[in-house]
Amino acid sequence: MSDPLLKVRQLTVNVEDKEILHQVDLDIAKGETHVLMGPNGAGKSTLGYALMGNPRYEVTGGSVAFDGADLLDESADQRARSGLFLSFQNPLEVPGITLGNFIRNAVEQRTGERVRLWNFRKQLEKECEILDMDPSYVDRDLNVGFSGGEKKKAEILQLLMLKPKLAILDETDSGLDVDAVRTVSKGVEEYQKQQDGALLIITHNTGILSSLKVDYTHVLVSGQIVGGGDASLVDEINRDGYEKYEARAKAAE
Amino acid sequence: MSKEKTYVEDVDRSLYDFRYDESDKDFYKVESGLTPEIVEQISEEKNDPDWMRELRLKSLEIFNEKGMGQWGPPIDGLDMNNIVTYVRPKTKMSANWEDVPKDIKDTFERLGIPQAERKSLAGVGAQYDSELVYHNVRKEVAEQGVVYTDIESALHGPYADLIKDHFMHLITPHDHKFAALHGAVWSGGSFVYVPKGVSVEIPLQSYFRLNAPGAGQFEHTLIIVDEGADLHFIEGCSAPKYNVANLHAGAVELFVGKNARLRYSTIENWSKNMYNLNTKRAKIEEGGKMEWVSGSFGSHVSYLYPMTILNGEGAQMEYTGITFAGKGQNLDTGMKVVHNAPHTTSVVSAKSISKDGGISTYRSSVVVNNKAKGAKSSVSCASLMLDDISRSDTIPAMDVRTQDADVGHEAKIGRISDEAVFYLMSRGISEEDARAMIVSGFADNVSKELPLEYAVEMNNLIRLEMKGTIG
Repeated sequence: MSDPLLKVRQLTVNVEDKEILHQVDLDIAKGETHVLMGPNGAGKSTLGYALMGNPRYEVTGGSVAFDGADLLDESADQRARSGLFLSFQNPLEVPGITLGNFIRNAVEQRTGERVRLWNFRKQLEKECEILDMDPSYVDRDLNVGFSGGEKKKAEILQLLMLKPKLAILDETDSGLDVDAVRTVSKGVEEYQKQQDGALLIITHNTGILSSLKVDYTHVLVSGQIVGGGDASLVDEINRDGYEKYEARAKAAE
Repeated sequence: MSKEKTYVEDVDRSLYDFRYDESDKDFYKVESGLTPEIVEQISEEKNDPDWMRELRLKSLEIFNEKGMGQWGPPIDGLDMNNIVTYVRPKTKMSANWEDVPKDIKDTFERLGIPQAERKSLAGVGAQYDSELVYHNVRKEVAEQGVVYTDIESALHGPYADLIKDHFMHLITPHDHKFAALHGAVWSGGSFVYVPKGVSVEIPLQSYFRLNAPGAGQFEHTLIIVDEGADLHFIEGCSAPKYNVANLHAGAVELFVGKNARLRYSTIENWSKNMYNLNTKRAKIEEGGKMEWVSGSFGSHVSYLYPMTILNGEGAQMEYTGITFAGKGQNLDTGMKVVHNAPHTTSVVSAKSISKDGGISTYRSSVVVNNKAKGAKSSVSCASLMLDDISRSDTIPAMDVRTQDADVGHEAKIGRISDEAVFYLMSRGISEEDARAMIVSGFADNVSKELPLEYAVEMNNLIRLEMKGTIG
């Protein structure tokens, strides 16, 4: 078997000199959908940020290979250009840049080619429709004054336009109502289908997974992966909680 | 993570920095320093009417008596004995671009001035050192009765009396030391008159270029917009960098008539050896409106606070400005407004950016007199600091003398957020571009107010300033 798209080995990450992730291993192959679950504070977002290259998250050990290259050598923008994407739990507001211009800029960086405006605009409108998003959002400043739901939709809009090889969705479904979760899930499914895109979905809920075929589920507790299984594990955890896994994490310390 | 460590001492100003050998003998300039003889000499050279010669000599007396202002950044580096107050370019003013000498023409060509005129301006004046070298206004605009000329010619033409009645009446030599200096040695600048009810559809522009080292530029701009008329005037400034101090002490006097509107836009990019001590003032009559748009990027030290006197009922003022202070710059900018009549309004949005140890200070004064019942004033300022060694201060003063007024002030000081930079980078945008994007976004409300080519120039300046800030 060839190497997986993402290969994480013994990854250890510090935040402000405190070790948050301990020797995490994770493999994600092209086109696979993985779910990462775990109680609050387990280090799920830390894993997302560390993979994306946020300088506040300091990698103190281990290795990450992405598409055959050493990811840890690259800055966040280089990682994005090579096909990694992170949907933020709290997308930031940036005044003075419209969502549309920002995406155009990002697409040009990703593809290394100038965007043809007409086609770009058409495609944006098409993706907005999938996400049940008013196209006027494209001309508004990036996330400024967007509701929580619109911010998350704007993240998925970027996902669809940027066409990465692997997307990490950090609680993209949190704080959304049932309809919005369904819409976002539809958008993610679209990405999966169009791109044969791989996914690492950080979530507490099954809603966002409804239309997605999940290949693996991982359980992260206290900075360690302490369990895994197939899609049915999501339901099991929602029923029984993390008690069993917390005991395992304790035992491993 | 591999990062390029670069530090650029000064931005690439090659566009602004080119200069010709000025050792040319054809040049006429007065000795440096300031004496009654020098002032007489300038007056003679310019063929002043008697009242103007007297104004100059009186101003010189006031200059010698007055002390330096006790506020604002230090100006010890400025020694008046070393400033050449008058440098005449080796040409007479022309209304025909072809007649402008080649070196001067090239200078302005490189700055894009004639191109802009062809494209989008109703008239252009270009000043090189102390004198206007080119002045032209479109035929159809002139046919509307709009006058746009240099002040020297206007002093001997049909508008001589109008100028006498307005020149240094709004800004008098008594105001401060540099207003007095201006009165003594002013040279060049523009006179604009827009007759009653005339709307000038496209902007007029003056471009000021100070080329001679160690010189001062003291242009005077006098604009009268008559009742119900409408004008947009743009002023641009630049200079190449020298190792000696240069001084800019211009004066701008604006008279906005009943129900008239004037928009005055400035993009200032003086080189970083310039002391920019400029005075601007506007008086607005009933129902009139003054709009200031201002981008300050250059100079070593700036003192710049455009003042508006809302003199008639319902007069309005809007001020939108941005100041960018980089290494070695101390820019003291802001505005002053006096509400002198009922139901007058002022809206101020001031922004500043400081980096590499630059100091940016917002200084303002809002005065509401007891006559100004129902006046409204809202001031908002925001500053962005790009590192830990830069500085940003806000010094707002308010003097409200009526109960019946609504006056508000808000100030925000922030840093560029690392999380926002990371967010943009996570979409493939380089760190440098991400920072420039955030800074341009911060300045966006100002660039939206500018004509397109100036907005582009401003964004280029920001981009230049942001280059090499990552280390």
